[in-house]
Amino acid sequence: MVTRLPDVDVVLVGFGWTGAIMAQKLTDAGMEVLALERGPWRDTPTHFPTTFAQDELRYYWRHGMFQEASQETLTFRNNRSQMALPMRRWGSFLPGNGVGGSGVHWNGQTFRFLPSDFVARSHNEERYGPLPEDMTVQDYGVTYEELEPHFDYFEKICGISGEAGNVNGEIIAGGNPFEGQRSDHYPCPPLQMTFSQDRFAASARNLGLHPFPGPAANLSQAYTNPLGMQLAPCTYCGFCEKFGCGNYSKSSPQTTIIPALMRRNNFALRTNAEVLSIERTPDGAMATGVTYVDAQGELYFQPAGMVILCAYQLQNTRLMLLSGIGAPYDPQTGQGVVGKNYCYQVMSSVDVFFEEEYTNEFVGAGALGMVVDDYNGDNFDHSGLGFIGGGYIACWTTNARPIETHPVPEGVPTWGSAWKKSVRENFLKSTSVGLHGASMAHRSNYVDLDPTYKDRWGRPLLRMTYDFTLNDRRLTAHITPVVKDIARGMGGREIKVNNRRGSYDSMPYQTTHNTGGTIMGTSPADSVVNRYCQSWDVPNLFVTGAGLFPQNAGYNPTDTVAALAYWSADAIVNQYLRAEGPLVQP
Amino acid sequence: MAPVMSRRAALKGLIMTTTALALPGVVLGREYGRGAGVPWEPGAADIPYYGTRDEGFLTEAELTTVRAIAARIIPSDEDGPGAAEADVVTFIDRQLAGFYGRGQHWYMQGPFHEGLSTQGYQSEHPPAQLYRLALPELDTYCDAQYGSRFSSLSEANQDAVLTGLDEEEITFETVSAKTFFDLIVENTIEGFFADPIYGGNRDMIGWRYVGFPGARYDYRDFVGHNGARIDLPPVSLMGGPHWTRQ
Repeated sequence: MVTRLPDVDVVLVGFGWTGAIMAQKLTDAGMEVLALERGPWRDTPTHFPTTFAQDELRYYWRHGMFQEASQETLTFRNNRSQMALPMRRWGSFLPGNGVGGSGVHWNGQTFRFLPSDFVARSHNEERYGPLPEDMTVQDYGVTYEELEPHFDYFEKICGISGEAGNVNGEIIAGGNPFEGQRSDHYPCPPLQMTFSQDRFAASARNLGLHPFPGPAANLSQAYTNPLGMQLAPCTYCGFCEKFGCGNYSKSSPQTTIIPALMRRNNFALRTNAEVLSIERTPDGAMATGVTYVDAQGELYFQPAGMVILCAYQLQNTRLMLLSGIGAPYDPQTGQGVVGKNYCYQVMSSVDVFFEEEYTNEFVGAGALGMVVDDYNGDNFDHSGLGFIGGGYIACWTTNARPIETHPVPEGVPTWGSAWKKSVRENFLKSTSVGLHGASMAHRSNYVDLDPTYKDRWGRPLLRMTYDFTLNDRRLTAHITPVVKDIARGMGGREIKVNNRRGSYDSMPYQTTHNTGGTIMGTSPADSVVNRYCQSWDVPNLFVTGAGLFPQNAGYNPTDTVAALAYWSADAIVNQYLRAEGPLVQP
Repeated sequence: MAPVMSRRAALKGLIMTTTALALPGVVLGREYGRGAGVPWEPGAADIPYYGTRDEGFLTEAELTTVRAIAARIIPSDEDGPGAAEADVVTFIDRQLAGFYGRGQHWYMQGPFHEGLSTQGYQSEHPPAQLYRLALPELDTYCDAQYGSRFSSLSEANQDAVLTGLDEEEITFETVSAKTFFDLIVENTIEGFFADPIYGGNRDMIGWRYVGFPGARYDYRDFVGHNGARIDLPPVSLMGGPHWTRQ
């Protein structure tokens, strides 16, 4: 039996960053908002206090912070000629679970995309001519200038620590000279850099590049945000990504928004509530609410005036497919939109090993780093290079957690006495310089429903078909040598180049930056939602998250994910509530 | 499986058949908000599963073999202690006895196929069962090749066998030898470097060996180290050894 519950104005599916943002803005507007979260409640003193937050085995290797693959996973293959098999345990990316979602276990690297990233097709075609036919790169339909106030607001919610490079058109020394124009400075000064960043910055400057401090959601000083939430200075403990912060020093939904929401009478949250489908009127034109299952296996129908998808990119896309909303993407014909333009991130790196100096990388923070943006987006001339996009190059000191991080030089075996000795010799004396590359959409990379594998409710798993593209390979082949030059200039004994080679491997951890599948755009023929993140097919259904990205830029996604959520919430409050219906006419 | 089927059937006819109007809080597991503030309960800290002395999975014979394998992956030598001093075998035994060994959080539904190198773990056996099936096969191989079980071989012969597993020159009948080898390497490194509450890294010996200060959370005084050594004794989630031993 399915129990029908009392109506609410808005139901949010998932309660991480974008759920908290939507709840904040829509309860501000007086709406009755209910968030349904599949995982459990989580708070700092109960789940990751400083007395036991620094537990590498539990939180990373035993996946204490993440969705359980037994609850829901996906299948994976590199291309359509292969059989997709389930990711039986997580590897290359780590979807979150529970209140706060992945916003609890992120590093806090908080970049804005470049203005040209939002108009990737028109900008690049205007400058370089037509893109290859198989590159399904698109414009967002929303511009950097339109998102700027929302970037600025989210950065103030988080208390981002950084150095602005362009405030109202004025270029500021020490910031990123390539960034889009900002309306204000970062709310907090940059974190204090360590030895590795100092060496990186000096080497980059010698090469004529423009290093700046990575914008960090790790607080450089005590800070009170616009909602009155208080954050504490970061203690550089080196347990950010894959961990919760016990010290209230990392901006997360828990530390910046949720406590304010919990005091509001028009907000409620139900945990252990897994949404199974979005329900619609018999003609399919409007959403009526969602069906969910609770921890006891009981089914409920939650009616709502609006449904907003706030889960992770993979689950938002799957829920659209399972609910039959929007035409599924077909890679053979190029028709259909749901599941289209799955993108990721293309990484390479160069390790640096010092002889005398100690890098002491256990003194670290998730977004403690110096960055150069000279090779990101269209900050350099791509004429004749055969690819578009780029990436930032950075020296982050995030951790020296020893199960995960024990780099050894080229030629050292992977176990035994020689390996052990090399780990000891280099553990305190190494660092890494990484390229964080863009991932451009390609016709053959997509997600759909798996024909074979099911979840515990008997519903098809999502199936990912993905491999690195020619654009990706050319991008890393062009920029990795720059990474190498910077690394070589840092004064170490030797370096080790980790090139981006071969097919995408779903197991070694790379990054939790999965994008696309519910992409935004200017036409229902090639996007799932319009420029306000509203479904083209069902006007009282909105979608948030990195699934909106038509392709992924050379940056971490959270700042742009959050700005899009605030932008969408603004459109709901100021336009949709006044005249319910499509905000853009196709 | 019956409840799952009935739920699925219910799902199909959902919109037409919804009836009862329920009161939130009565039928639901847990609801938060509605002006109540952030929930907090005393003594509710969510402590980890760490295994205990009474819990174990491996038999005496299996323990002997695992101990011998771990001792070659991280050997005790002139450069310092290894898996033996860190008691990695106890760590592995407790992990295999718990949710990890059962693959409880992993997706373990079939069908099972061998899979490509980019597709990760595809064994139908969770970690504990993989050990149980692989260990006798290892001894069978060693017995055929060298006339004795793995733990009795010379270190050189043990290394040769492990290299054979690593390089896929030795295969097993019932499970993938390479999958087993990769897993025991992973588990051995975990046992050498995980917090001592889990039974390995005894007296924080793995952390001391490489110079990791452990579960500390405040390095603000050391950010400006400028390349100098920071020599701090390690601390576990249980505290420092000097807290309990005099």
